Amino acid sequence: MSIVLEAKHINKYFKKPVLFHVLKDINFQVKEGEFASIMGKSGCGKSTLLYILSTMDTDYEGELFLNDALITGQDREHLSYLRNKHIGFVFQFHYLLSEFSVLENVMLPAKKLAEKSYQEIEHDAIEKLKMLNIEHLAKKRASQVSGGEKQRIAIARALINNPSIIMGDEPTGNLDSHNAENVFNIFKRLSEEEGLSLLVVTHDKDFADKTDRIIQMGDGKILQ
Amino acid sequence: MVNWKVILGIAKTHLLTKIKQTSIAALGVTFGIGSYITLVCFMTGLNGMLDDLILNQTPHIHVYNEIEPSKKQPISLYNELKESINIVHSVKPKLSQKKIHNALPIIDYLEANKDVRGALPQIKTQIFYIAGSIELGGNLTGINPIDEAKLFNMEDYIVEGSAEALQNTDNSILLGIGIANKMALKVGDRVQVSPINGGIFPLKIVGFYQSGIADLDAIQSFANIKTVQRILGKANNYITDINVKLYDIEQAIPLSEKIEKQFNLTAIDIKTANAQFETGTTIRNLITYAVSITLLIVAGFGIYNILNMLIYEKMNDIAILKATGFSGKDVQHIFMSQAMIIGFVGGVLGLLIGLGLASLIATIPFQTEALPTVETYPINMNPLFFVIGFSFAMLSTFLAGYLPSKKAKKIDPVKIIRGQ
Repeated sequence: MSIVLEAKHINKYFKKPVLFHVLKDINFQVKEGEFASIMGKSGCGKSTLLYILSTMDTDYEGELFLNDALITGQDREHLSYLRNKHIGFVFQFHYLLSEFSVLENVMLPAKKLAEKSYQEIEHDAIEKLKMLNIEHLAKKRASQVSGGEKQRIAIARALINNPSIIMGDEPTGNLDSHNAENVFNIFKRLSEEEGLSLLVVTHDKDFADKTDRIIQMGDGKILQ
Repeated sequence: MVNWKVILGIAKTHLLTKIKQTSIAALGVTFGIGSYITLVCFMTGLNGMLDDLILNQTPHIHVYNEIEPSKKQPISLYNELKESINIVHSVKPKLSQKKIHNALPIIDYLEANKDVRGALPQIKTQIFYIAGSIELGGNLTGINPIDEAKLFNMEDYIVEGSAEALQNTDNSILLGIGIANKMALKVGDRVQVSPINGGIFPLKIVGFYQSGIADLDAIQSFANIKTVQRILGKANNYITDINVKLYDIEQAIPLSEKIEKQFNLTAIDIKTANAQFETGTTIRNLITYAVSITLLIVAGFGIYNILNMLIYEKMNDIAILKATGFSGKDVQHIFMSQAMIIGFVGGVLGLLIGLGLASLIATIPFQTEALPTVETYPINMNPLFFVIGFSFAMLSTFLAGYLPSKKAKKIDPVKIIRGQ
């Protein structure tokens, strides 16, 4: 199985208010089709690690590989492109563009990528919504749907460019147990049926236990 | 590689969902540009009218024989008194002729100059208008009426009759309106004039002249050059003044200097004669631009504020866009295009409003004794003003949008997403 994401000797410091060594020599890999979760206490650096892996945070030492290509030190334009094409995001808060319709929200990253025609993108977006059983919401404004639905829309958006990996920062943290279960099942199915890699930061022990691999973090190090 | 379709789509949605703020920002630009166009059209219209009032009837160069005392008195030529101080009391002007010597060849010579549009001879003389036992003093100027009308817009100041009638009728006079009123004369009547050296000549009134300057209209009349020569009993080469009109007013000073040197005559250029006029024009233009630019700067700050607020409101959206693969540049383009759309829409509306207001002002009646041919407020609709106004709208919105959009570009999505 090929390696989708690999971190080598990642070190990160917070310089303010005092110098603080957040991440200490992090090494790990995410393989294709793997559903991994990162667990750890608040402040252990797991979110910090996720944002470094996401390419949004470039202020670190070490090397990061996406699909075996080094992405450390690339310029921001290119990182944006990589994020657009290869990485899908799901956050704790749903983060939809509230003025746009659900369908437009899902289509936006694909429009930015501009590899397909408008019709193809629209078709893909409706497919993704169908897969998540929310195609009836397509024409609604993003601000008019419920929290659980918003999270599923966010997942559809993360999937639109058929990324190599989906990253989640507490994607179920703000949902009730029923919706959390629902989101987990979607992730599980994507991993098993579509062969998608997933990397999810979570506090939820039940959620983590059901994933393929738990990466336990403490004090800026990977414990196991 | 910028995907403008997507960026403009997002900008459009932002603007439309915040239609109130958008319209207020655009209205700021609209008022700025609208008032600029109105103001500048109106002000330059007035300027043009005031300039025409004086400058159109004024020759660019006025050539005549000045009556003046000799600069060198005979005693200074006497060598033996060279070392002493000579004082001559009661120096009188030299007896010289009023007429320009060799006037006709000089006119031909000036007409041949490629900078000269025309050189027109005139005869200026004092006369009396005689009505019964009353004698009114006045000026009679001999002119070539058709040429004067062509070069100095004389027709504008003929309130009754025409320049042609003056040209074609023998022994005719174009009477100042003030004299006509004093003497209760109508077109077609005869008026008797008497030159200073005696004699009475009846002249037929073919029209009235009104310059707008009441004092002038009470004394000034015009007749054909030949008529005046006949009244004065002079030959047909008797010319007292030459008025020169140029193609380029800037040539007035060098050419007048040249004429003075070459022909030993006095030549006054328009700039020297009307220096205060240019100052007035410059200051009025300055005021117009100062007011317009102030309005546009205020509008610019409005746009700056609204975009700034919009960016604070849209922090989350910006973070999301960046997380899903939009680069900082894309985000900057989104907000820049919003500013430019506001500027474009506001600017175009402003141009239309300015056009409307200026056209409205152009229909308002404006009648004044001073300007017989003006019936409504003068408006100068120069397309250049519209180009300037539009460019300024785009420039000010660009500047107002640049700083906020730069800030949006620099927003760190991690901070926003983790900050929640």
